[in-house]
Amino acid sequence: MTSPEDHHEERREDHADASVAVRARRLEERLIAAGQATEAELDAYLSQLYGNAAPVNGARMAARAWTDPAYRQLLLADGNAAAAELGFTGLSYQLRVVANRADRHNVIVCTLCSCYPVSLLGPSPGWYKSFAYRSRTVREPRAVLAEFGLSLPPDTEIAVWDSTSEARYMVLPARPDGTGELAEDDLAALVTRNGLIGTALV
Amino acid sequence: MTYQPGAVVRVRNTDPDHHTRMPRYVRGHTGEVVAVLGSWVLPDDNARGVAQPRVEACYAVRFAAADLWGSGTHTVTVDLWESYLDQP
Repeated sequence: MTSPEDHHEERREDHADASVAVRARRLEERLIAAGQATEAELDAYLSQLYGNAAPVNGARMAARAWTDPAYRQLLLADGNAAAAELGFTGLSYQLRVVANRADRHNVIVCTLCSCYPVSLLGPSPGWYKSFAYRSRTVREPRAVLAEFGLSLPPDTEIAVWDSTSEARYMVLPARPDGTGELAEDDLAALVTRNGLIGTALV
Repeated sequence: MTYQPGAVVRVRNTDPDHHTRMPRYVRGHTGEVVAVLGSWVLPDDNARGVAQPRVEACYAVRFAAADLWGSGTHTVTVDLWESYLDQP
């Protein structure tokens, strides 16, 4: 049985050092206690958000674009329609795909929070949400990319896309040289999450 | 929708006392519209629970790093709602 003092102690507990999972669970418990959501609703939401979310989805779209010029055109003009062609329907955002070229490299960031096409790339990596990545990518992208191991030629233009609206950005990497014989599935296996963010080449 | 791709726009140099999606680092700066994204509810109104939030065109606006930071050769493209922008 909990005494009022115990309850008081519990409320004063500082969660700042607790793991993210523990803090998220505390928040869920508060929402449920306040009648704002039920356990089942939270489970259903998270399952819908993350159930099929994985970078293999974006990778399949990139591989299709490498092998099918009409699909590439659609992907760059209407990302949602292109996603739907591969079965990724009902995106909760407008998808905008930006293509790397020999003379221009693209990289995505969300300086205000952590906007990201979760359903096509999976949950975002911790560094994507870090203050360092968010603040430095718009200021000195070449240095940030070098820290990821990506050193671009000095004459390659870098285009940074800051996801501040209801649009979500994804990078279409350049198809690697020497892959002319590969089938679409094998090509998709080459595409990494970081390649779709723009912090790596494929 | 007021602007077309290619239009030169300037971000308003204001400091709202409420939520906004207008990043501070582009305020007062001039850029070029590269895409019209669609019409969406203005987050500034939505976050404050305004009963009839404004629905506005949103644009992808490209800025030169040298203009934003004084140095750098890259570009930064930021999505900005219509009321964040003025004609320079």
